[in-house]
Amino acid sequence: MSFPDILRTAARSLTLPRLPALAILRRYGLLAAFLVLWQAASKTGWVNPAVFPPLDAIAAALWKGLSTGALLDDIAISLQRAGTAYAAAIAIGIPVGLLMGQIRLVEQALDPILQLFRQTSALALYPVFILLLGLGEASKIFVIFWATLFPILLATTGGVKEVDAKLVEMARSYGASRLTVFRRVILPAALPAIFIGLRLSATTALLLLIASEMIGANKGVGFQVMNAQYNFQIPLMFAAIFLLAGLGLLANALLVALQRRLCRWSDRTN
Amino acid sequence: MTSLQSGGLSLRNLSKGYALADRQLSVLNGINLDIEGGSSLAIVGASGSGKTTLLRILAGLEDPDRGGVTIDGTPVRGVGTERAVIFQEPRLLPWLTVLDNVAFGLEVRGTPRAEALERARHYVRLVGLSDFAGVWPRQLSGGMAQRVGIARALTVQPRILLLDEPFGALDAMTRLVMQEELVRIWGEEKVTMIVVTHDLEEAIYLADQVLVLPKGEDAPRLIETDLPRPRDRTSPAFVRQREALLREFGLH
Ligand SMILES: Nc1ncnc2c1ncn2[C@@H]1O[C@H](COP(=O)(O)OP(=O)(O)OP(=O)(O)O)[C@@H](O)[C@H]1O
Ligand SMILES: [Mg+2]
Repeated sequence: MSFPDILRTAARSLTLPRLPALAILRRYGLLAAFLVLWQAASKTGWVNPAVFPPLDAIAAALWKGLSTGALLDDIAISLQRAGTAYAAAIAIGIPVGLLMGQIRLVEQALDPILQLFRQTSALALYPVFILLLGLGEASKIFVIFWATLFPILLATTGGVKEVDAKLVEMARSYGASRLTVFRRVILPAALPAIFIGLRLSATTALLLLIASEMIGANKGVGFQVMNAQYNFQIPLMFAAIFLLAGLGLLANALLVALQRRLCRWSDRTN
Repeated sequence: MTSLQSGGLSLRNLSKGYALADRQLSVLNGINLDIEGGSSLAIVGASGSGKTTLLRILAGLEDPDRGGVTIDGTPVRGVGTERAVIFQEPRLLPWLTVLDNVAFGLEVRGTPRAEALERARHYVRLVGLSDFAGVWPRQLSGGMAQRVGIARALTVQPRILLLDEPFGALDAMTRLVMQEELVRIWGEEKVTMIVVTHDLEEAIYLADQVLVLPKGEDAPRLIETDLPRPRDRTSPAFVRQREALLREFGLH
Protein backbone atom coordinates (compact mmCIF):
# COMPACT_ATOMS: atom_id res chain seq x y z
CA MET A 1 0.00 0.00 0.00
CA SER A 2 1.58 3.25 -1.14
CA PHE A 3 1.44 6.45 0.86
CA PRO A 4 -1.37 8.10 -1.15
CA ASP A 5 -3.39 4.90 -0.77
CA ILE A 6 -3.01 5.07 2.98
CA LEU A 7 -4.16 8.67 2.94
CA ARG A 8 -7.14 7.83 0.79
CA THR A 9 -8.19 4.98 3.04
CA ALA A 10 -7.83 7.18 6.08
CA ALA A 11 -9.92 9.89 4.50
CA ARG A 12 -12.61 7.39 3.56
CA SER A 13 -12.93 6.01 7.05
CA LEU A 14 -13.24 9.54 8.39
CA THR A 15 -15.95 10.85 6.10
CA LEU A 16 -18.05 7.82 5.18
CA PRO A 17 -20.44 6.45 7.76
CA ARG A 18 -20.31 2.79 8.58
CA LEU A 19 -24.00 2.25 7.90
CA PRO A 20 -25.82 3.70 4.89
CA ALA A 21 -29.03 3.77 6.96
CA LEU A 22 -27.34 6.05 9.44
CA ALA A 23 -26.31 8.40 6.67
CA ILE A 24 -29.85 8.58 5.36
CA LEU A 25 -31.16 9.26 8.85
CA ARG A 26 -28.57 11.96 9.45
CA ARG A 27 -29.37 13.66 6.17
CA TYR A 28 -33.16 13.32 5.98
CA GLY A 29 -34.15 12.69 9.59
CA LEU A 30 -35.22 16.24 10.37
CA LEU A 31 -37.13 16.56 7.12
CA ALA A 32 -39.04 13.34 7.84
CA ALA A 33 -39.78 14.48 11.39
CA PHE A 34 -41.14 17.77 10.05
CA LEU A 35 -43.49 16.01 7.64
CA VAL A 36 -44.66 13.55 10.29
CA LEU A 37 -45.32 16.41 12.69
CA TRP A 38 -47.29 18.26 10.02
CA GLN A 39 -49.44 15.23 9.27
CA ALA A 40 -50.09 14.46 12.92
CA ALA A 41 -50.79 18.07 13.87
CA SER A 42 -53.27 18.44 11.03
CA LYS A 43 -55.04 15.12 11.63
CA THR A 44 -55.47 15.67 15.35
CA GLY A 45 -56.68 19.22 14.83
CA TRP A 46 -53.74 20.63 16.73
CA VAL A 47 -53.40 23.09 13.85
CA ASN A 48 -56.40 24.17 11.79
CA PRO A 49 -56.69 21.60 8.97
CA ALA A 50 -58.41 24.19 6.82
CA VAL A 51 -55.16 26.20 6.78
CA PHE A 52 -52.72 23.28 7.08
CA PRO A 53 -54.45 20.33 5.39
CA PRO A 54 -52.99 16.89 6.04
CA LEU A 55 -50.29 15.78 3.62
CA ASP A 56 -52.43 13.05 2.10
CA ALA A 57 -55.00 15.67 1.08
CA ILE A 58 -52.24 17.74 -0.52
CA ALA A 59 -50.87 14.67 -2.26
CA ALA A 60 -54.36 13.84 -3.53
CA ALA A 61 -54.79 17.38 -4.86
CA LEU A 62 -51.39 17.18 -6.52
CA TRP A 63 -52.19 13.83 -8.08
CA LYS A 64 -55.55 15.07 -9.34
CA GLY A 65 -53.96 18.15 -10.84
CA LEU A 66 -51.29 16.13 -12.57
CA SER A 67 -53.46 13.25 -13.78
CA THR A 68 -56.12 15.52 -15.25
CA GLY A 69 -53.37 17.53 -16.90
CA ALA A 70 -54.52 20.82 -15.36
CA LEU A 71 -51.33 21.37 -13.38
CA LEU A 72 -49.22 20.02 -16.22
CA ASP A 73 -50.26 22.97 -18.36
CA ASP A 74 -49.26 25.31 -15.56
CA ILE A 75 -45.90 23.60 -15.18
CA ALA A 76 -45.29 23.80 -18.91
CA ILE A 77 -46.01 27.50 -19.17
CA SER A 78 -44.01 28.29 -16.02
CA LEU A 79 -41.02 26.32 -17.28
CA GLN A 80 -41.28 28.05 -20.60
CA ARG A 81 -41.24 31.51 -19.00
CA ALA A 82 -38.41 30.80 -16.58
CA GLY A 83 -36.47 28.73 -19.12
CA THR A 84 -36.62 31.36 -21.86
CA ALA A 85 -35.51 34.09 -19.48
CA TYR A 86 -32.77 31.93 -17.96
CA ALA A 87 -31.45 30.89 -21.36
CA ALA A 88 -31.37 34.51 -22.51
CA ALA A 89 -29.55 35.52 -19.32
CA ILE A 90 -26.95 32.82 -19.97
CA ALA A 91 -26.64 33.70 -23.65
CA ILE A 92 -25.92 37.33 -22.79
CA GLY A 93 -24.43 37.12 -19.29
CA ILE A 94 -21.66 34.63 -19.97
CA PRO A 95 -20.23 36.19 -23.16
CA VAL A 96 -20.46 39.74 -21.80
CA GLY A 97 -18.99 38.58 -18.49
CA LEU A 98 -16.10 36.91 -20.31
CA LEU A 99 -15.45 40.13 -22.23
CA MET A 100 -15.67 42.27 -19.10
CA GLY A 101 -13.31 39.98 -17.24
CA GLN A 102 -10.73 40.07 -20.00
CA ILE A 103 -10.84 43.59 -21.34
CA ARG A 104 -10.43 46.33 -18.78
CA LEU A 105 -11.89 48.96 -21.04
CA VAL A 106 -15.16 47.04 -21.41
CA GLU A 107 -15.39 46.51 -17.68
CA GLN A 108 -14.69 50.13 -16.86
CA ALA A 109 -17.29 51.29 -19.34
CA LEU A 110 -20.03 48.89 -18.24
CA ASP A 111 -19.43 48.63 -14.52
CA PRO A 112 -21.13 51.83 -13.24
CA ILE A 113 -24.34 51.31 -15.18
CA LEU A 114 -24.45 47.62 -14.28
CA GLN A 115 -23.99 48.43 -10.60
CA LEU A 116 -26.90 50.86 -10.83
CA PHE A 117 -29.15 48.34 -12.60
CA ARG A 118 -28.15 45.60 -10.21
CA GLN A 119 -29.03 47.61 -7.14
CA THR A 120 -32.48 48.39 -8.54
CA SER A 121 -34.82 45.61 -7.49
CA ALA A 122 -36.26 43.74 -10.45
CA LEU A 123 -39.65 43.67 -8.74
CA ALA A 124 -39.62 47.45 -8.40
CA LEU A 125 -39.02 47.63 -12.13
CA TYR A 126 -41.77 45.16 -13.01
CA PRO A 127 -44.42 47.90 -13.35
CA VAL A 128 -42.06 49.71 -15.73
CA PHE A 129 -41.62 46.54 -17.81
CA ILE A 130 -45.40 46.09 -17.86
CA LEU A 131 -45.81 49.63 -19.14
CA LEU A 132 -43.23 49.02 -21.82
CA LEU A 133 -44.07 45.47 -22.82
CA GLY A 134 -47.68 44.98 -21.76
CA LEU A 135 -49.10 42.50 -19.28
CA GLY A 136 -48.41 39.44 -21.46
CA GLU A 137 -45.54 37.01 -21.71
CA ALA A 138 -42.90 39.55 -22.72
CA SER A 139 -42.88 41.53 -19.48
CA LYS A 140 -42.87 38.35 -17.38
CA ILE A 141 -39.95 36.86 -19.25
CA PHE A 142 -38.12 40.16 -19.21
CA VAL A 143 -38.38 40.69 -15.47
CA ILE A 144 -37.04 37.17 -14.85
CA PHE A 145 -34.29 37.76 -17.40
CA TRP A 146 -33.37 41.03 -15.71
CA ALA A 147 -33.03 39.47 -12.28
CA THR A 148 -31.12 36.39 -13.48
CA LEU A 149 -28.72 38.28 -15.73
CA PHE A 150 -26.70 39.96 -13.00
CA PRO A 151 -25.63 36.99 -10.90
CA ILE A 152 -24.41 35.21 -14.05
CA LEU A 153 -22.72 38.30 -15.44
CA LEU A 154 -20.95 39.26 -12.24
CA ALA A 155 -19.89 35.72 -11.37
CA THR A 156 -18.45 35.24 -14.86
CA THR A 157 -16.59 38.55 -14.76
CA GLY A 158 -15.20 37.77 -11.31
CA GLY A 159 -14.23 34.26 -12.33
CA VAL A 160 -12.27 35.49 -15.33
CA LYS A 161 -10.55 38.24 -13.37
CA GLU A 162 -9.45 35.82 -10.70
CA VAL A 163 -7.73 33.46 -13.12
CA ASP A 164 -4.15 32.93 -11.97
CA ALA A 165 -1.96 35.18 -14.13
CA LYS A 166 0.89 32.71 -13.63
CA LEU A 167 -1.04 30.02 -15.45
CA VAL A 168 -1.74 32.42 -18.29
CA GLU A 169 1.96 33.26 -18.49
CA MET A 170 2.86 29.57 -18.46
CA ALA A 171 0.59 28.98 -21.46
CA ARG A 172 2.03 32.03 -23.18
CA SER A 173 5.57 30.74 -22.61
CA TYR A 174 4.64 27.71 -24.74
CA GLY A 175 3.57 30.05 -27.50
CA ALA A 176 -0.18 29.88 -26.91
CA SER A 177 -2.18 32.46 -28.87
CA ARG A 178 -4.69 34.69 -27.11
CA LEU A 179 -7.50 32.46 -28.31
CA THR A 180 -5.75 29.31 -27.08
CA VAL A 181 -5.08 30.91 -23.70
CA PHE A 182 -8.73 31.83 -23.50
CA ARG A 183 -9.99 28.40 -24.51
CA ARG A 184 -7.55 26.27 -22.55
CA VAL A 185 -6.79 28.36 -19.46
CA ILE A 186 -9.24 31.17 -18.79
CA LEU A 187 -12.48 29.38 -19.61
CA PRO A 188 -11.83 26.22 -17.56
CA ALA A 189 -10.43 28.27 -14.68
CA ALA A 190 -13.53 30.46 -14.59
CA LEU A 191 -15.99 27.58 -14.85
CA PRO A 192 -16.53 26.96 -11.10
CA ALA A 193 -17.28 30.65 -10.58
CA ILE A 194 -19.67 30.65 -13.53
CA PHE A 195 -21.53 27.73 -11.98
CA ILE A 196 -21.97 29.66 -8.75
CA GLY A 197 -23.66 32.38 -10.81
CA LEU A 198 -25.79 29.83 -12.66
CA ARG A 199 -27.06 28.29 -9.45
CA LEU A 200 -27.78 31.63 -7.86
CA SER A 201 -29.67 32.70 -10.98
CA ALA A 202 -31.74 29.52 -11.08
CA THR A 203 -33.06 30.29 -7.61
CA THR A 204 -33.71 33.89 -8.58
CA ALA A 205 -35.50 32.79 -11.74
CA LEU A 206 -38.05 30.78 -9.77
CA LEU A 207 -38.55 33.61 -7.31
CA LEU A 208 -39.28 36.14 -10.04
CA LEU A 209 -41.37 33.62 -11.94
CA ILE A 210 -43.73 33.23 -9.03
CA ALA A 211 -43.89 36.94 -8.33
CA SER A 212 -44.69 37.76 -11.95
CA GLU A 213 -47.29 35.02 -12.19
CA MET A 214 -48.98 36.26 -9.05
CA ILE A 215 -49.34 39.77 -10.41
CA GLY A 216 -50.79 39.37 -13.85
CA ALA A 217 -51.32 35.87 -15.13
CA ASN A 218 -54.06 33.33 -15.69
CA LYS A 219 -51.79 30.32 -16.00
CA GLY A 220 -48.67 29.03 -14.37
CA VAL A 221 -47.74 27.42 -11.08
CA GLY A 222 -47.38 30.79 -9.36
CA PHE A 223 -50.83 31.75 -10.56
CA GLN A 224 -52.22 28.47 -9.19
CA VAL A 225 -50.89 29.26 -5.72
CA MET A 226 -52.74 32.58 -5.70
CA ASN A 227 -55.83 31.27 -7.45
CA ALA A 228 -56.23 28.23 -5.21
CA GLN A 229 -55.93 30.43 -2.16
CA TYR A 230 -58.51 32.82 -3.60
CA ASN A 231 -60.93 29.93 -4.20
CA PHE A 232 -60.05 28.41 -0.85
CA GLN A 233 -58.68 25.21 -2.41
CA ILE A 234 -56.00 25.01 0.24
CA PRO A 235 -54.73 21.49 -0.59
CA LEU A 236 -54.27 22.60 -4.19
CA MET A 237 -52.45 25.72 -3.01
CA PHE A 238 -49.99 23.62 -1.04
CA ALA A 239 -49.67 21.20 -3.95
CA ALA A 240 -48.57 24.13 -6.15
CA ILE A 241 -46.15 25.35 -3.47
CA PHE A 242 -44.59 21.92 -3.15
CA LEU A 243 -44.39 21.75 -6.91
CA LEU A 244 -42.41 25.00 -6.96
CA ALA A 245 -40.08 23.73 -4.27
CA GLY A 246 -39.63 20.55 -6.32
CA LEU A 247 -38.80 22.57 -9.44
CA GLY A 248 -36.19 24.52 -7.48
CA LEU A 249 -34.61 21.36 -6.12
CA LEU A 250 -34.63 19.76 -9.54
CA ALA A 251 -32.99 22.76 -11.21
CA ASN A 252 -30.29 22.87 -8.58
CA ALA A 253 -29.69 19.13 -8.78
CA LEU A 254 -29.30 19.35 -12.56
CA LEU A 255 -26.77 22.17 -12.24
CA VAL A 256 -24.82 20.37 -9.53
CA ALA A 257 -24.70 17.23 -11.66
CA LEU A 258 -23.47 19.24 -14.64
CA GLN A 259 -20.87 20.96 -12.50
CA ARG A 260 -19.67 17.62 -11.16
CA ARG A 261 -19.21 16.41 -14.71
CA LEU A 262 -17.38 19.50 -15.93
CA CYS A 263 -15.33 20.26 -12.81
CA ARG A 264 -14.30 16.80 -11.70
CA TRP A 265 -10.82 18.15 -11.02
CA SER A 266 -11.79 20.58 -8.30
CA ASP A 267 -11.86 19.76 -4.61
CA ARG A 268 -15.33 20.96 -3.93
CA THR A 269 -17.21 18.75 -6.31
CA ASN A 270 -15.17 15.59 -6.00
CA MET B 1 32.83 23.09 -32.75
CA THR B 2 29.16 22.83 -31.88
CA SER B 3 26.49 22.43 -34.52
CA LEU B 4 24.40 25.37 -35.70
CA GLN B 5 21.26 24.19 -33.93
CA SER B 6 22.84 23.32 -30.61
CA GLY B 7 21.11 25.96 -28.50
CA GLY B 8 24.04 28.28 -27.94
CA LEU B 9 23.18 31.73 -26.64
CA SER B 10 24.85 35.08 -27.06
CA LEU B 11 23.97 37.99 -24.80
CA ARG B 12 25.18 41.32 -26.08
CA ASN B 13 25.11 44.50 -24.00
CA LEU B 14 21.90 43.36 -22.35
CA SER B 15 20.36 46.09 -20.21
CA LYS B 16 17.08 46.42 -18.38
CA GLY B 17 15.63 48.83 -15.88
CA TYR B 18 12.29 49.62 -14.32
CA ALA B 19 10.64 52.95 -13.67
CA LEU B 20 9.68 53.04 -10.03
CA ALA B 21 7.42 55.67 -8.53
CA ASP B 22 10.25 57.98 -7.54
CA ARG B 23 13.27 56.91 -9.59
CA GLN B 24 14.66 54.80 -12.38
CA LEU B 25 15.92 51.41 -11.19
CA SER B 26 18.56 49.86 -13.39
CA VAL B 27 18.66 46.09 -12.93
CA LEU B 28 20.86 44.65 -15.67
CA ASN B 29 23.74 46.76 -16.93
CA GLY B 30 25.20 45.70 -20.25
CA ILE B 31 25.60 41.97 -19.79
CA ASN B 32 27.84 40.21 -22.31
CA LEU B 33 27.95 36.46 -22.23
CA ASP B 34 28.30 33.47 -24.51
CA ILE B 35 26.73 30.19 -23.50
CA GLU B 36 27.79 27.15 -25.45
CA GLY B 37 25.09 24.86 -26.77
CA GLY B 38 24.54 21.88 -24.50
CA SER B 39 26.30 23.44 -21.54
CA SER B 40 24.78 24.45 -18.27
CA LEU B 41 24.87 27.85 -16.64
CA ALA B 42 23.76 28.81 -13.15
CA ILE B 43 22.79 32.39 -12.34
CA VAL B 44 23.31 33.40 -8.72
CA GLY B 45 23.18 36.73 -6.95
CA ALA B 46 21.61 38.51 -4.05
CA SER B 47 17.86 38.98 -3.88
CA GLY B 48 16.87 41.76 -6.26
CA SER B 49 20.04 41.47 -8.35
CA GLY B 50 18.02 40.68 -11.48
CA LYS B 51 18.25 36.90 -11.83
CA THR B 52 14.58 36.45 -12.61
CA THR B 53 14.62 39.49 -14.88
CA LEU B 54 17.49 38.02 -16.90
CA LEU B 55 15.83 34.64 -17.18
CA ARG B 56 12.53 36.20 -18.27
CA ILE B 57 14.33 38.15 -20.98
CA LEU B 58 15.97 34.94 -22.19
CA ALA B 59 12.53 33.29 -22.16
CA GLY B 60 11.10 36.12 -24.24
CA LEU B 61 8.54 36.96 -21.57
CA GLU B 62 10.10 40.39 -21.20
CA ASP B 63 12.02 42.70 -23.55
CA PRO B 64 15.40 44.22 -22.74
CA ASP B 65 15.75 48.00 -22.85
CA ARG B 66 18.98 47.78 -24.80
CA GLY B 67 21.07 45.04 -26.32
CA GLY B 68 19.80 41.64 -27.25
CA VAL B 69 20.02 37.90 -27.23
CA THR B 70 20.73 35.61 -30.13
CA ILE B 71 20.16 31.87 -30.15
CA ASP B 72 22.37 30.01 -32.62
CA GLY B 73 22.84 33.35 -34.34
CA THR B 74 19.14 34.25 -34.61
CA PRO B 75 17.90 37.25 -32.60
CA VAL B 76 15.31 36.45 -29.97
CA ARG B 77 11.94 38.14 -30.31
CA GLY B 78 9.36 36.96 -27.79
CA VAL B 79 8.83 33.36 -26.81
CA GLY B 80 10.09 30.63 -29.11
CA THR B 81 9.69 26.93 -29.65
CA GLU B 82 13.39 26.23 -29.09
CA ARG B 83 13.03 27.32 -25.45
CA ALA B 84 11.00 26.08 -22.50
CA VAL B 85 10.63 27.60 -19.05
CA ILE B 86 10.37 25.80 -15.73
CA PHE B 87 8.99 28.23 -13.21
CA GLN B 88 9.56 28.40 -9.50
CA GLU B 89 6.08 26.97 -8.93
CA PRO B 90 4.87 23.99 -10.98
CA ARG B 91 2.07 26.05 -12.62
CA LEU B 92 0.04 22.98 -13.49
CA LEU B 93 -3.48 23.36 -14.85
CA PRO B 94 -5.67 21.91 -12.08
CA TRP B 95 -8.32 20.67 -14.53
CA LEU B 96 -5.90 18.50 -16.50
CA THR B 97 -4.51 15.17 -15.38
CA VAL B 98 -0.75 14.75 -15.00
CA LEU B 99 -0.50 13.28 -18.50
CA ASP B 100 -2.60 16.05 -20.08
CA ASN B 101 -0.57 18.68 -18.26
CA VAL B 102 2.62 17.21 -19.65
CA ALA B 103 1.11 17.13 -23.14
CA PHE B 104 -0.16 20.72 -22.82
CA GLY B 105 2.90 22.45 -24.27
CA LEU B 106 2.89 20.23 -27.35
CA GLU B 107 -0.85 20.59 -27.88
CA VAL B 108 -0.60 24.36 -27.64
CA ARG B 109 2.02 24.20 -30.36
CA GLY B 110 -0.34 22.29 -32.61
CA THR B 111 0.88 18.71 -32.25
CA PRO B 112 -2.03 16.29 -32.81
CA ARG B 113 -3.40 15.05 -29.53
CA ALA B 114 -2.57 11.38 -29.95
CA GLU B 115 1.05 12.14 -30.77
CA ALA B 116 1.32 14.68 -27.94
CA LEU B 117 0.02 12.12 -25.44
CA GLU B 118 2.42 9.51 -26.76
CA ARG B 119 5.40 11.78 -26.22
CA ALA B 120 4.06 13.03 -22.91
CA ARG B 121 3.87 9.42 -21.69
CA HIS B 122 7.57 9.02 -22.38
CA TYR B 123 8.52 12.05 -20.29
CA VAL B 124 6.10 11.18 -17.50
CA ARG B 125 8.02 7.91 -17.28
CA LEU B 126 11.35 9.77 -17.40
CA VAL B 127 10.45 11.81 -14.29
CA GLY B 128 9.23 8.68 -12.56
CA LEU B 129 5.49 9.41 -12.48
CA SER B 130 4.06 6.68 -14.71
CA ASP B 131 1.84 5.47 -11.87
CA PHE B 132 0.37 8.94 -11.49
CA ALA B 133 -0.35 9.79 -15.14
CA GLY B 134 -4.12 9.89 -14.60
CA VAL B 135 -4.07 11.79 -11.33
CA TRP B 136 -5.22 15.41 -10.74
CA PRO B 137 -2.53 17.95 -9.77
CA ARG B 138 -4.10 18.53 -6.34
CA GLN B 139 -3.36 14.91 -5.51
CA LEU B 140 0.41 15.38 -5.98
CA SER B 141 3.08 16.32 -3.49
CA GLY B 142 5.14 19.47 -4.11
CA GLY B 143 8.09 17.56 -5.51
CA MET B 144 5.89 15.43 -7.76
CA ALA B 145 4.13 18.52 -9.09
CA GLN B 146 7.45 20.15 -9.86
CA ARG B 147 8.52 17.00 -11.73
CA VAL B 148 5.36 17.27 -13.83
CA GLY B 149 6.36 20.84 -14.69
CA ILE B 150 9.79 19.61 -15.71
CA ALA B 151 8.30 16.83 -17.83
CA ARG B 152 5.99 19.34 -19.54
CA ALA B 153 9.00 21.48 -20.49
CA LEU B 154 11.01 18.48 -21.69
CA THR B 155 8.13 17.13 -23.79
CA VAL B 156 8.39 20.02 -26.24
CA GLN B 157 12.04 18.97 -26.69
CA PRO B 158 13.55 22.43 -26.34
CA ARG B 159 17.15 23.17 -27.16
CA ILE B 160 17.27 25.50 -24.18
CA LEU B 161 15.80 24.84 -20.78
CA LEU B 162 15.29 27.88 -18.53
CA LEU B 163 14.70 27.26 -14.84
CA ASP B 164 13.90 29.87 -12.18
CA GLU B 165 14.69 28.49 -8.72
CA PRO B 166 12.99 25.27 -9.70
CA PHE B 167 13.57 23.53 -6.37
CA GLY B 168 13.30 26.53 -4.08
CA ALA B 169 10.04 25.38 -2.53
CA LEU B 170 11.16 21.81 -1.90
CA ASP B 171 12.55 20.28 1.27
CA ALA B 172 16.31 19.63 1.41
CA MET B 173 16.02 15.89 0.80
CA THR B 174 13.71 16.14 -2.20
CA ARG B 175 15.86 18.92 -3.57
CA LEU B 176 18.96 16.71 -3.61
CA VAL B 177 17.07 13.98 -5.44
CA MET B 178 15.69 16.45 -7.97
CA GLN B 179 19.10 17.99 -8.63
CA GLU B 180 20.49 14.58 -9.39
CA GLU B 181 17.54 13.82 -11.65
CA LEU B 182 17.92 17.13 -13.48
CA VAL B 183 21.62 16.49 -14.17
CA ARG B 184 20.76 13.02 -15.49
CA ILE B 185 18.02 14.38 -17.77
CA TRP B 186 20.27 17.21 -18.94
CA GLY B 187 22.90 14.64 -19.90
CA GLU B 188 20.37 12.50 -21.75
CA GLU B 189 18.51 15.25 -23.58
CA LYS B 190 21.53 17.34 -24.60
CA VAL B 191 19.85 20.64 -23.89
CA THR B 192 21.39 23.92 -22.88
CA MET B 193 20.37 24.50 -19.28
CA ILE B 194 20.19 27.89 -17.60
CA VAL B 195 19.14 27.76 -13.99
CA VAL B 196 18.56 30.57 -11.53
CA THR B 197 19.23 29.60 -7.94
CA HIS B 198 19.80 31.02 -4.48
CA ASP B 199 21.74 27.99 -3.47
CA LEU B 200 25.49 28.10 -4.23
CA GLU B 201 25.89 24.39 -3.70
CA GLU B 202 23.10 23.75 -6.19
CA ALA B 203 24.80 26.09 -8.65
CA ILE B 204 28.09 24.19 -8.43
CA TYR B 205 26.38 20.82 -8.55
CA LEU B 206 24.37 21.65 -11.69
CA ALA B 207 26.42 24.03 -13.76
CA ASP B 208 29.53 24.25 -15.93
CA GLN B 209 29.65 27.99 -15.36
CA VAL B 210 28.20 30.23 -12.69
CA LEU B 211 27.19 33.79 -13.47
CA VAL B 212 27.31 35.98 -10.39
CA LEU B 213 25.04 39.01 -10.73
CA PRO B 214 26.21 41.94 -8.62
CA LYS B 215 23.86 44.28 -6.87
CA GLY B 216 24.42 47.70 -8.38
CA GLU B 217 26.60 48.78 -11.26
CA ASP B 218 29.51 46.32 -11.02
CA ALA B 219 30.09 43.98 -13.93
CA PRO B 220 28.73 40.45 -13.49
CA ARG B 221 31.37 37.75 -13.06
CA LEU B 222 31.57 34.35 -14.64
CA ILE B 223 33.11 31.45 -12.73
CA GLU B 224 34.05 28.14 -14.32
CA THR B 225 32.96 25.12 -12.32
CA ASP B 226 34.28 22.35 -14.54
CA LEU B 227 34.46 19.58 -11.97
CA PRO B 228 34.17 16.00 -13.21
CA ARG B 229 30.71 14.45 -13.12
CA PRO B 230 29.00 12.97 -11.25
CA ARG B 231 29.86 15.61 -8.72
CA ASP B 232 30.45 14.83 -5.12
CA ARG B 233 29.41 17.62 -2.77
CA THR B 234 31.89 16.47 -0.15
CA SER B 235 34.96 16.28 -2.40
CA PRO B 236 37.77 18.78 -1.72
CA ALA B 237 37.45 20.26 -5.20
CA PHE B 238 33.73 20.88 -4.69
CA VAL B 239 34.35 22.51 -1.34
CA ARG B 240 37.06 24.71 -2.88
CA GLN B 241 34.63 25.83 -5.61
CA ARG B 242 32.09 26.66 -2.99
CA GLU B 243 34.59 28.76 -1.07
CA ALA B 244 35.62 30.59 -4.23
CA LEU B 245 31.97 31.41 -4.91
CA LEU B 246 31.42 32.57 -1.35
CA ARG B 247 34.38 34.91 -1.78
CA GLU B 248 32.54 36.46 -4.74
CA PHE B 249 29.87 37.49 -2.27
CA GLY B 250 32.52 38.73 0.15
CA LEU B 251 31.43 36.12 2.64
CA HIS B 252 34.57 34.10 3.11
N1 LIG C 1 7.74 44.40 -13.13
C1 LIG C 1 8.62 45.11 -12.38
N2 LIG C 1 8.40 46.41 -12.14
C2 LIG C 1 9.27 47.13 -11.39
N3 LIG C 1 10.37 46.64 -10.87
C3 LIG C 1 10.65 45.34 -11.06
C4 LIG C 1 9.78 44.50 -11.82
N4 LIG C 1 10.30 43.25 -11.85
C5 LIG C 1 11.42 43.32 -11.14
N5 LIG C 1 11.65 44.56 -10.67
C6 LIG C 1 12.79 45.01 -9.88
O1 LIG C 1 13.95 44.52 -10.48
C7 LIG C 1 14.87 44.07 -9.52
C8 LIG C 1 15.31 42.66 -9.85
O2 LIG C 1 14.22 41.80 -9.72
P1 LIG C 1 14.34 40.24 -9.96
O3 LIG C 1 13.03 39.64 -9.75
O4 LIG C 1 14.99 40.02 -11.27
O5 LIG C 1 15.36 39.84 -8.78
P2 LIG C 1 15.92 38.42 -8.41
O6 LIG C 1 17.38 38.48 -8.54
O7 LIG C 1 15.23 37.35 -9.15
O8 LIG C 1 15.55 38.37 -6.87
P3 LIG C 1 15.10 37.12 -5.98
O9 LIG C 1 16.35 36.37 -5.67
O10 LIG C 1 14.55 37.77 -4.74
O11 LIG C 1 14.10 36.35 -6.74
C9 LIG C 1 14.21 44.20 -8.17
O12 LIG C 1 14.74 45.30 -7.50
C10 LIG C 1 12.76 44.43 -8.49
O13 LIG C 1 12.23 45.36 -7.58
MG1 LIG D 1 13.76 35.81 -8.64
